[in-house]
Amino acid sequence: MRSNASLSRLGSSAAILFLAAGLAGCGGSAKSGGAAETPGTDPILIGHFGSMTGSEATFGQSTDNGIRLAIKEFNAAGGLKGKKVELKTYDDQGKGQEAGTAVTRLITSDKVVAVLGEVASSLSIAGGRVAQQYGVPMISPSSTNPQVTEVGDMVFRVCFLDPFQGWVAAKFARENLKAEKAAILYDQAQAYSKGLMDAFDKAFKEMGGTITTVQAYTGGDQDFSAQLTTIRQTNPEVIFVPGYYTDAGNVSIQVRKLGLTAPLLGGDGWDSVKLAEIGGSSIEGSYFTNHYSHQNPAPQVQNFVSTYKADYGQTPDGLAALGYDAARLLFDAMGRAPALDGKSLAAAIAATKDFAGVTGTISIDAQRNAKKAAVVLEMKNGVPAYVTTIEPPQ
Amino acid sequence: MDGVAVGSLYALIALGYTMVYGTLQFINFAHSDIFVLGAWVSYTIAVGLGYALAGTHPPLYAGVLILVAAMATCGAVGFTVERLAYRPLRKAPRLNVLITAIGVSLFLQNVGQLKWFFGTQPQRMPSLIEDTILARFAGVQVHLVDLAAAGTALLLMLVLDWLIFRTRMGRAMRAVSHDTSVAALMGVNVDAVISFTFVLGSTLAAAAGFLYAMKYPGLNQPAHATWVLLGLKAFVAAVIGGIGNIRGAMLGGILIGFIEMFGAAYLSPHLRDIYVFSILILVLLVRPSGVLGKAVAEKV
Repeated sequence: MRSNASLSRLGSSAAILFLAAGLAGCGGSAKSGGAAETPGTDPILIGHFGSMTGSEATFGQSTDNGIRLAIKEFNAAGGLKGKKVELKTYDDQGKGQEAGTAVTRLITSDKVVAVLGEVASSLSIAGGRVAQQYGVPMISPSSTNPQVTEVGDMVFRVCFLDPFQGWVAAKFARENLKAEKAAILYDQAQAYSKGLMDAFDKAFKEMGGTITTVQAYTGGDQDFSAQLTTIRQTNPEVIFVPGYYTDAGNVSIQVRKLGLTAPLLGGDGWDSVKLAEIGGSSIEGSYFTNHYSHQNPAPQVQNFVSTYKADYGQTPDGLAALGYDAARLLFDAMGRAPALDGKSLAAAIAATKDFAGVTGTISIDAQRNAKKAAVVLEMKNGVPAYVTTIEPPQ
Repeated sequence: MDGVAVGSLYALIALGYTMVYGTLQFINFAHSDIFVLGAWVSYTIAVGLGYALAGTHPPLYAGVLILVAAMATCGAVGFTVERLAYRPLRKAPRLNVLITAIGVSLFLQNVGQLKWFFGTQPQRMPSLIEDTILARFAGVQVHLVDLAAAGTALLLMLVLDWLIFRTRMGRAMRAVSHDTSVAALMGVNVDAVISFTFVLGSTLAAAAGFLYAMKYPGLNQPAHATWVLLGLKAFVAAVIGGIGNIRGAMLGGILIGFIEMFGAAYLSPHLRDIYVFSILILVLLVRPSGVLGKAVAEKV
């Protein structure tokens, strides 16, 4: 087994060397790059790092499913100039140090041409630093914290940002829920949660609302009674909980246990089937902002939903849709790039305009971010139901 | 009220640490994993019995049944761990046993994460009793679940106290902890006593796991860092009470529970872990042998 594995690794690195030599020989001038001239059987390898296990396991698994579906369709349609694309996935267990290691391994030992990942912003930042250092383009499907793409010119994303998402949540709370007073309970250990909290806090106040109290917890905490008792005393009409789904589920149980009836409001970190499993009846009637709704009747979305269901036997969540979009956007850029080295590929990704994804139309801006609309979903009978779409301010 | 409930759970776990320390003079780092196992076995049985479905009202005996089953399972695991991992090292230096304990702990955590055990996903423990608010006074809500948890824990501690101070086996345990070789000379079967200690500690940890899952139904995956922290706090409780001292562990557990909950409620919830460990430092500085470490000379 051992010798086999190392043999195949030797083989693949030899192939990459050969490919690199071909590219170097052709230079950047020739349109018929090395990739097209050697239509060998070696696949093009792309990497994915994600939380396949741990408290945010559905994040990594959904994203991976979405990416794999995109690859399957892309290869079935002929691949990149006759070459198949293959995916290598490493589990980072939702831990920062593992994320860095996973990306290093993808780039240095597997020699991937591009990296996809992560969902959690703090992990995308950790992985992005490594990708930037080696000059390999990375696309985060769903990290919404602004700092993610500030890492460098190799890091992109296909989703909206937290300042926008927080603004959407605030707008929804003010205009649709008619809330005057909101309380916040956020995860102090996550850059994502903190960023969303700041954005909501700012936007809600600007829209004339009052933030009654801001409370914090640490991801994985089981007891929120102290924070929730304080929140109860301030009598808010809505409670903003911009954490991840496991914690949000646990928070909802204790919120109802304490007799608070105000709806909870969350971000895209809530997007998981586990939210309803853990929260049960406590999470019913709460809202969260998300990237897409599987109930969107657009044919492209419905096609994606039905093929995904056929392959994986479940309804795709927003993270699966974003994984799918990120991979397809990457293939689109690979098709346009003169060569598959980091610089050319990054330039091609950066030039993406009006790419039609299932999560909306994606144009990459100068900060390597995507500007898109957000949807608000309500938990009804254990399923997130579409409520409204909120467009970015002009 | 949360303080009483959580504190009594810490006490249950702390008892296991303290009993093993009393008999073998080493810290059983795998003990907190037995506690996690207890919570997850409870979940598995409850789901297996079909209580997970919405709208099912489990009968009153369901909780007792699951509690006993979880205790039995963990007791068996505790026995096996002692038999396979610690007994061969009975004559080895302390440090070897300690490192073995860490190894056992990692083993249990990672086996627990396997697909065919508990997996790596958080799960929802089915609620076995309707959670109602029994009484309110001065802003304090008394929940049935908290009361049941504290009550069960207290009952188990009373049984344990009786077992150790009123039975033959208890006397043997105290003898072994006092002086192992003399106890052996007096005809006490030392290996049997040690096995019994492990089984007893593990069943208590399992009970704590079950009660914890009742109180906080969103179970984190078996190797999650929060479990380790809970185990550590229980260990702190054992040290504060005076390690090796049964009644000290009970007192320490309740104390830690109160400090944590009151600190979180009246000072700041962000620093809850800091209160616990600050108290540990304080106690170690003022009374290195624990609050009851000297007051009660009898060790088990």
